[in-house]
Amino acid sequence: MDSEPSSRDADEADEAVVSTRTMEIAVSAGFFLVGALVMWDSVRLGFSWSEIGPEAGYFPFYISLIMMVAAMSNLLMSAFGRKNKLSGARPFVTRKQLKPVLAVLFPLIFYIFGIQYLGLYVSTALFIAIFMRINGQYGLKKIAPVAITVPVAVYLMFEKWFLVPLPKGPIEALLGL
Amino acid sequence: MEEMNSLIQGFGVVLTPYNIMLMFVGIFLGVLVGVLPGLGGANGIAILLPITFTMNPSSAIIMLSCIYWGSLFGGAITSILFNIPGCSWSVATTFDGYPMAKKGQAGEALTTSFTASFIGAFFAILLITFLAPLIARFALRFGPPEFFAIMLLTFASFMSMGKEAPTKVLMAMMLGFALACVGIDVVTGQLRMTFGSMELLRGFAFLIAVIGLFGIGEILVSMEEGLRFRGVAAKIDPRVVVKTWRMLLGHWGNFLRSSIIGSALGIAPAGATPASFMSYGIAKKFSKEGDKFGTGAIDGLIAPETANNAAGTAALLPMLTLGIPGSPTAAVLLGGLLIWGLQPGPLLFVEQKEFVWGLIASMYLGNIAGLIVVMTTVPLFAAILRVPFSIIAPIIITACSIGAFTVASSMGDVWYMLVFGILGYLLKKLKYPVAPLVLAMVLGNAAENAFRQSMLMSQGSLGMFWSNGLVGTIATVALLLLFWPLFTWLYGMTKQRKFA
Repeated sequence: MDSEPSSRDADEADEAVVSTRTMEIAVSAGFFLVGALVMWDSVRLGFSWSEIGPEAGYFPFYISLIMMVAAMSNLLMSAFGRKNKLSGARPFVTRKQLKPVLAVLFPLIFYIFGIQYLGLYVSTALFIAIFMRINGQYGLKKIAPVAITVPVAVYLMFEKWFLVPLPKGPIEALLGL
Repeated sequence: MEEMNSLIQGFGVVLTPYNIMLMFVGIFLGVLVGVLPGLGGANGIAILLPITFTMNPSSAIIMLSCIYWGSLFGGAITSILFNIPGCSWSVATTFDGYPMAKKGQAGEALTTSFTASFIGAFFAILLITFLAPLIARFALRFGPPEFFAIMLLTFASFMSMGKEAPTKVLMAMMLGFALACVGIDVVTGQLRMTFGSMELLRGFAFLIAVIGLFGIGEILVSMEEGLRFRGVAAKIDPRVVVKTWRMLLGHWGNFLRSSIIGSALGIAPAGATPASFMSYGIAKKFSKEGDKFGTGAIDGLIAPETANNAAGTAALLPMLTLGIPGSPTAAVLLGGLLIWGLQPGPLLFVEQKEFVWGLIASMYLGNIAGLIVVMTTVPLFAAILRVPFSIIAPIIITACSIGAFTVASSMGDVWYMLVFGILGYLLKKLKYPVAPLVLAMVLGNAAENAFRQSMLMSQGSLGMFWSNGLVGTIATVALLLLFWPLFTWLYGMTKQRKFA
């Protein structure tokens, strides 16, 4: 992202939600915890030598060890490293930047719930419609063709051409598809 | 000349109307995924992989590899017309490609870059044709220690070749290995890292990780940057093409040099990006118009484009001969081969001759088809890029979700895709490399098995990796590469001290 310093500078006036340093530390800590979890399970499985060779936890034990050491050094470097003093103070994400990200993330979460309970086709139509409305402020005239064509095309391609069944819900059952 | 005969037989396999149709479909889809943000070779193939399950392996790999060629070609379109590199190895293409387009030479720039892509790929395919059988024959003698040492070398090269912080490379890589361990351990039958969950029993499919990290993660980053395409209009006039080609003849030296750099670095993973930059840098020194680099110099466009396509293609060489992919996209292709029951590696050249040579023949034809498709359809793809992102993005997300679901017809995978998407967003913003994570997920089990078998052979002594000259050399080089960042850091420290 170094190639776009201009966009970053312009956002400086914009309020930062969280600093890069905080996120660096949080993500390193996350890696450390995952490493600890893997190590805990490796110890349960046994990480030494048995009559059939290395035990099941042998390989993951060392993997988790390297991961924890790397994560801890990264955490310490981002927290106290001199080199990271300037870059760490930069905003990780500003309010202005976070809004569009959440405007993708929330509809996506609802979309996946939708696939589970309404089937893929109906939720795809709804997802595209909502996405275009929120992120593009389009009217019904522009939304309808896209939101209808895509699921129909997907249906023809997957169910008819490639014979791959996709999740269906109550509405497809009503239509007898 | 055994290779020539095999190759001709390979052409016999490929040249059916159905396969040629698949080739063009693949190239077209490939350019499309190469052009659209949030998609790309690796992700595009991962999404489309499930629909090829019903095809025979030869046809399927033809289509999938053509998607790859198409995406390599397509990357140049966005770089030149829109100044937006589709992936990190297209960055150097924007340096002189976009200035050329702005000067009104978009047709020349596109023709040059497509030709350069074609020549780079062609050189690498020639290399594969003649080198792959040799490497495969040599690798037939490899045992578990040699394979483990080569994998170590593969992963160590990320440490010394990547631009990212070495700690971050290690973290991403180890996460990939840890994820690969989840599920049933094939040797002991024990459940690992499942923590009593039924859903985790299956383990993590790396295709889901690819779709999440490269697809959803990329879209989240793009949305944040407020993607607006302001491109230069383009049309490729046949007269311009002929004129450009005649002019390009004079730059054969640059083509050759860049092809060699690309192929050599492309065999190592993470090779394409350094190859394109290195090739650009060297061309700048050698070119007569070196001082014009960055303002639209033709040599500055030829060099990175030739090198990155040569590298992208050469990445298939270790994938086919050793079962070790040289790039995330090659890893996804490897995943496809495994799903069809083909085990890439030296034995593939003995047991599946027809398939291997069919694939190599399709590389030649696929690149010719690619050149034809991109030359004729540039206006179409440029028009697609002008469709607002708020219409394209939901369609891409839909494609990703369907792709994630169809891998194993599981809703759980769609949720994992979301998690990997958010992880991809965080990693990308904090400059973690994603490629080692994906490669570790793909190779994790193979690496672990090779390690365990080696340890069994030696009764637990690491000396196994220095038990003969070959494995010892590979292991030593791997360790040198692995600790390279540490050496340079220590060197920097002592130097600083001297000056302080």
